[in-house]
Amino acid sequence: MTQPTVVPTPASPTPPGGHLLEVRDLHVEFRTREGVAKVINGVSYHLDPGESLAVLGESGSGKSVTAQAIMGILDTPPAHVRSGQILYRGRDLLTQSEEQRRQVRGKEIAMIFQDALSALNPVFPVGWQIGETLRQREGMSRADARRRAAELMDLVKIPAAAKRLGDYPHQFSGGMRQRVMIAVALALNPKVLIADEPTTALDVTVQAQIMDLLAELRRDLDMAMILITHDLGVVAGVADRIAVMYAGRIVEHADVRPLYRAPAHPYTKGLLESIPRLDVRGQALSTIKGLPPNLMRIPSGCPFHPRCPYAQQVCVDEVPHDLVLGDGRTSACHFAQEVRDDSAR
Amino acid sequence: MFRFILRRLLQMVLAFFGTTLIVYALMFAGQGDPIQALAGERPVTAAQRAYLTEKYHLDATGVGGFFYRYFDYLKNLLRGDLGQSLTGRQIGDILAAAWPVTVKLALIAMAVTVVFGVTAGVIAGIRRAGVFDNSTLVLTLLVLGIPTIVLAPLAQYFLGVKWQLFPPTAGAEPDLYALLLPGIVLGSLSLATALRLTRTSVAENLRADYVRTARSKGLVKRRIVSVHVLRNSLIPVVTFLGVELGNLMSGAIITEGVFNIPGVGFNLFRGIRTEDGPLVVGIVSVLVVVYLVSNLVVDVLYAVLDPRIRYE
Amino acid sequence: MSDFETVAATENQAARRGVSGEPGTPAAAQKPRSLAGDAWRDLRRNPIFWISLTLVVLVAAMAAVPSLFTANDPRDCVLSRQHAGPSGGAVFGYDFQGCDTYARAVYGARASLLVGALSALLTGAIALVVGMLAGYFGRWIDAVLSRVIDIVLGIPLLLAAIVLLKRVSTSSDNVRLFAVIFVLAVLGWTTAARVVRSSVITAKEQDYVAAARMLGAGNGRIMWRHILPNALAPAIVVLTIALGSFIAAEATLSFLGIGLKAPTISWGIDIDAGRVHMRESATPLVVPSAFLALTVLAFIMLGDAIRDAFDPKLR
Repeated sequence: MTQPTVVPTPASPTPPGGHLLEVRDLHVEFRTREGVAKVINGVSYHLDPGESLAVLGESGSGKSVTAQAIMGILDTPPAHVRSGQILYRGRDLLTQSEEQRRQVRGKEIAMIFQDALSALNPVFPVGWQIGETLRQREGMSRADARRRAAELMDLVKIPAAAKRLGDYPHQFSGGMRQRVMIAVALALNPKVLIADEPTTALDVTVQAQIMDLLAELRRDLDMAMILITHDLGVVAGVADRIAVMYAGRIVEHADVRPLYRAPAHPYTKGLLESIPRLDVRGQALSTIKGLPPNLMRIPSGCPFHPRCPYAQQVCVDEVPHDLVLGDGRTSACHFAQEVRDDSAR
Repeated sequence: MFRFILRRLLQMVLAFFGTTLIVYALMFAGQGDPIQALAGERPVTAAQRAYLTEKYHLDATGVGGFFYRYFDYLKNLLRGDLGQSLTGRQIGDILAAAWPVTVKLALIAMAVTVVFGVTAGVIAGIRRAGVFDNSTLVLTLLVLGIPTIVLAPLAQYFLGVKWQLFPPTAGAEPDLYALLLPGIVLGSLSLATALRLTRTSVAENLRADYVRTARSKGLVKRRIVSVHVLRNSLIPVVTFLGVELGNLMSGAIITEGVFNIPGVGFNLFRGIRTEDGPLVVGIVSVLVVVYLVSNLVVDVLYAVLDPRIRYE
Repeated sequence: MSDFETVAATENQAARRGVSGEPGTPAAAQKPRSLAGDAWRDLRRNPIFWISLTLVVLVAAMAAVPSLFTANDPRDCVLSRQHAGPSGGAVFGYDFQGCDTYARAVYGARASLLVGALSALLTGAIALVVGMLAGYFGRWIDAVLSRVIDIVLGIPLLLAAIVLLKRVSTSSDNVRLFAVIFVLAVLGWTTAARVVRSSVITAKEQDYVAAARMLGAGNGRIMWRHILPNALAPAIVVLTIALGSFIAAEATLSFLGIGLKAPTISWGIDIDAGRVHMRESATPLVVPSAFLALTVLAFIMLGDAIRDAFDPKLR
C-alpha cells in the first residue's frame, strides 16, 4: 500500500496535451435576501476526451450547479461565480464573452436534464425542437433540419422516428421523452455531454435502458461525458472515474473500481453502505446520520464532521486537504488512509 | 381537436338553455302582474298591455304555460325577433343600429389593451423587479382599484369638459376621434389586467426548465425570449383577450351611458333608466348569447394554441 | 482557530446534541421561522400595507360613527344653497340639491361598507362550504361542484345583477339592500371557492391528515381541525380583495339605478347625480368619486399586500 502524501490542491497532474475540460478551484455562491449560500467551495475536476466522469452527491451538494457553471446557464443573480477557472481546450470559459460562450454551448458541450417533460418546450413538436438547433446554429434549411432530426431520433432509438417528428413532448412516454432530450443535445455533435440526473424521473427498467443508450452513444460518437447523479447504483457500469461531492466540495476522487472496493472518505463509505447489496446476506443497511449542512452556515473544519463517525477535534478545527492515495486517488479526509483500510477489511 | 370542439359546442348549447331559462324565469315567473313587472313603475297603456299579453302568451297559465312561453321566447330570440320596446320601436332595429358603434368602441379598447398592456407586460416580465416593473405594478393596481363609474365621469370632466382635449360626448354619429377617450376608459381595466397577466406569465416562463434547455442549445437570448418564452406566455393572455372582447361588447353599459355613445350598452342603460322591461330583456338575452359564443371561440383558440389541450 | 470558527463549532455541537434529544442543551439553534412570521415581517416593511390599512380603518370609523367626521346632516338640503361654495363645516360646498357634499360622502361609507362586508361574509360562507366539499370529497361531488363554479363564473356579473335586481326595483330600502348583498354573493363566490378547493386538496395530501385519519378521526373532525385552518388564510386574502370589488359593484348598481335608491345615501347615487351637473360644479362629482375610489383601492391593495407577503413567489 502506498504511503499517503499531503499536497496542496489541485491534486491531479495535467497531462502534456492538457485536459479537454478542467474545472479549477471553482467558487460559486447564491446571494439571496436571506443571506449568502456558499454552494460551490473550491471544486476541481477534469475530463479527458472520450472519458466518463460521474459526479456523485446528495441534492444541494453542488453537483448540478457546477455543471450549470460549465454550461454558463446559471441564473445570475442569484448565482455569482466568485473565483476559479473553467478551462475548455485550455481556454478559460469564465473570462470569455457571452457570445463566445454561446458558441461553445451545444456545439462543444451539451447538456441533458432530469425532467424531460419540463425541459422540452410543451408547445413545439419534438422534430422542430431538435431541428431548431441545426437551423439556428448551422443555418440548415427547414427540410434538411427535419431530415437530420429524424436521423437523430433514429440514433437514440425512438421507434418510427420519422412519423413522430410532429408529435409534442406530452405525447411521449417518460423514457422516450428523455431520448428526445438526448437527440436535442446531440444535434451539433458535442465533444462533452453533461447528463444531469438523466434517469431520476424514470422507472427502474427504463433507467437501465437510458443508461445503456448513453454508454453506447458515448462509445460510438467518442464523446466525453459527465454523469451527475445521487444514485451510486447507476454509476458503476457507465463511469470511468467518480468524484464525490459534499457541501460544495469534492471529498473523494477515484477510479470506479478502487472506490467501490475501498472508499477512502467516510461520506463515500456511508453512501456505499446504504445501498442494499445482493451479495451479502443478513447485512444491516446503515444510513448516514443527520442532514446535509445549511449552505449559509457551513460547519467549520471538515464540513462533514457533524455527521462523521471518524470525527476528532482536528476535523472541527482544520479543513482537510486532498490526500493523494496513489492511482490518481484523492480524499479530503484527515483520516483517509484509516477509512480506506477499514473499508478494505 | 374535432371532438374537443364538439364537446365544447354541446356544453355551450346546454349553457345557452340554462342561462336563457334563468333570465326568462327571473324576469317573468312568480310575479303578481308580469306586465307591470316589465314596466316597473311606469303606467301601462291598454294597447301595450294587449301587445305584451299576446307577445308573451301571458294568458296561458301554470308550469306548462311558463315553458310554453319560454320556448316561444327562445324561438323568437333565435329568429332574431326580439319584439317591441315600450316606446314602440322594434328591439331588433335598435340593436342593428347600435351594434356597429359598440363593436367599434370594443375594438378601440382592445387595440389599446394589446398595444400598451401586452407590450408593457412583456417588458415588465423580462425586467422583473426593475423600475419599469415596479411602476407599472403600482399604476395597474391604481387602475384596477378605480371603478368605471369613477373613471368615466372624471375622464369626461377633466379631459373633455375642463381641458377640452377630447369631445366630452360622442353624439348620434360618433367618429373615431369621439370614440377614442371612451375607448381608452373602457379598455383601461382590460389593459391593467392584461399587463399583469402578461408580466406574470412571461416571468414564470422565463424561469421554466425549457428556457434552460434553449440556453444550453446555444440559442441567442433574443430568440429564446421571442420564440420560446413568448409563445408559451401568450397562451393565457390570448385567452384572456378573447374573453375580454366578449366582456367589452357587453360591459360597455357605463362607458356608453356616460359618454352618450348610441351603442348596445347605452340602450341597455337607457332601458334600465326608463324601466323599459322588454328592451332590457331583449338586450340582455342577446348579450348573453354573444358572451357564450365568445367564450366558445376562446376555448377553441386555447386548444389551437396549446397542444396539451388539443390532444386531450 | 479564529473566534468565529469556535462559535460555529460550538453551535454545531449544540445542534447535534439537540438532534439526539439530550436534555439541558442551550437553545443555540435559531428559532424556526413560521410562514405567518415571515409574512408579518414582510408586511411590516411594506408601506402600501400601512397606507391601505389606515384607509380601511378610517372608512370603517366613518361607517360606524359618521358624526365624528362631520357635524352636518347629509339630508339637510336647501335648494337655495345649490352649488354654493364651502361654508360652515361643509368643506366641499353644496351639491345640486343644496346638500352638504362632504357630509353626504361621509355618510355614504355606511351603505358601501355594509354591502361590501356582508357580501364578503356571505361569499366566504358559500365558498368555504363548496370549496371544502369539492376539495375534500373529490370524485363526483367535486365534478358537479366544479361545473357549477364554471357556469356561475361564466355569467356576466353586471347583466345578471340587472336581471336579478329588476325584480326588487319597487321594494323597500331594506329589501333592496339585502337583495344587492345577496346578488353580489350569489354571483361572486366562485373565485374564493376555487381558492379554498385547491388549498383543501393540498392540505388533504399532507402526512398529518393521513396520520389523523389512521388514528380514527372522522371526516368532520379532520375537515374542522386540520383542513379548515389551511384553507382560511388564502380565503381571507381573496375575500379582502373581493370586499373592495363588492363595494365597487354596489356603487355601480346604485349608479345605474338598480341598486340602492334615495333616500339611502350611496356614493354610486351621488356620483351619478354629480355627473349630470358636472358643467356647473365638479366637486359634487369629484368628492364621492374620490371616497369610492380610495375605499376600493384600500381593500384591493390590502389584500394584494397580504397575498404578496404570504406568497412571495408570485411577485
